[in-house]
Amino acid sequence: MGQALAFYTLAAFILGFGVLVITARNTVHSIMFLVADFLFIAALYAFQGAPFVAVIQVVVYAGGIVVLYLFVVMLVDLKRPPEAHQDRRRRGRLGMVVSLVVLAELVAIAAYKYVSPGAGLPAARPLEPDNVAQVGMLLYTDYLVPFELASMLLLVAMVGAIVLARREL
Amino acid sequence: MIPITPVHYMVLSAALFITGVIGVMVRRNIIVILMSIELMLNAVNINLVAFSNLWQNAIGQVFVIFVVCVAAAEAAVGLGIILAFYRNKETVNIDEMTLMRW
Repeated sequence: MGQALAFYTLAAFILGFGVLVITARNTVHSIMFLVADFLFIAALYAFQGAPFVAVIQVVVYAGGIVVLYLFVVMLVDLKRPPEAHQDRRRRGRLGMVVSLVVLAELVAIAAYKYVSPGAGLPAARPLEPDNVAQVGMLLYTDYLVPFELASMLLLVAMVGAIVLARREL
Repeated sequence: MIPITPVHYMVLSAALFITGVIGVMVRRNIIVILMSIELMLNAVNINLVAFSNLWQNAIGQVFVIFVVCVAAAEAAVGLGIILAFYRNKETVNIDEMTLMRW
């Protein structure tokens, strides 16, 4: 009962802040809603027994990426509102309707698995509390090569971002 | 009240993903579009953690770390492109980014 209450509260906050992110007129407000959304998603990870991922979510997303967005919003001085010029060929409403149809399909697929008998989908159990050690062990043994590739990707992205943001491009 | 199953997490993840898709398609401010892409990546992460919890296996959490890496790289390069574009055209409206469109 308490578990269900916690899940529904977190889900409501996550979806509510997600909608606020894409509907806010002011970009800085949008970024603030994004921070709140990331924090609630981190709470959902902690609730599911994934403490390391929750900490990564807070540190990398809410601490790093969002600050990057804020700096870009400060550097980009919007002399005219970004929504002023409209492309006549853009079909925003049609896109929204098609997205909602896709959402209905995804929910139907998930719910079909739920209501069909003998589906063999057990309820979620709490993972053992030492799974930080398990994640670290997997990351440095079985997934060592992808781990190194991810570090290379971050290095290349850093160099690319510096080159793109230079003044004499 | 029905107990919380992975299906609940899948529905939450799908709803958050579609929120991001709608943001990409409806908004014209490119910074908001990049934020919508972050929302979509977070929806994928919710799914990965839910299935990691379901199968009692930490591999899902390892993949979440890789997805976070790719998201950080994407944000850095994307915002660099926004800065370079803004320096040339003084706008962040994607409807005015028509240089390579016919």
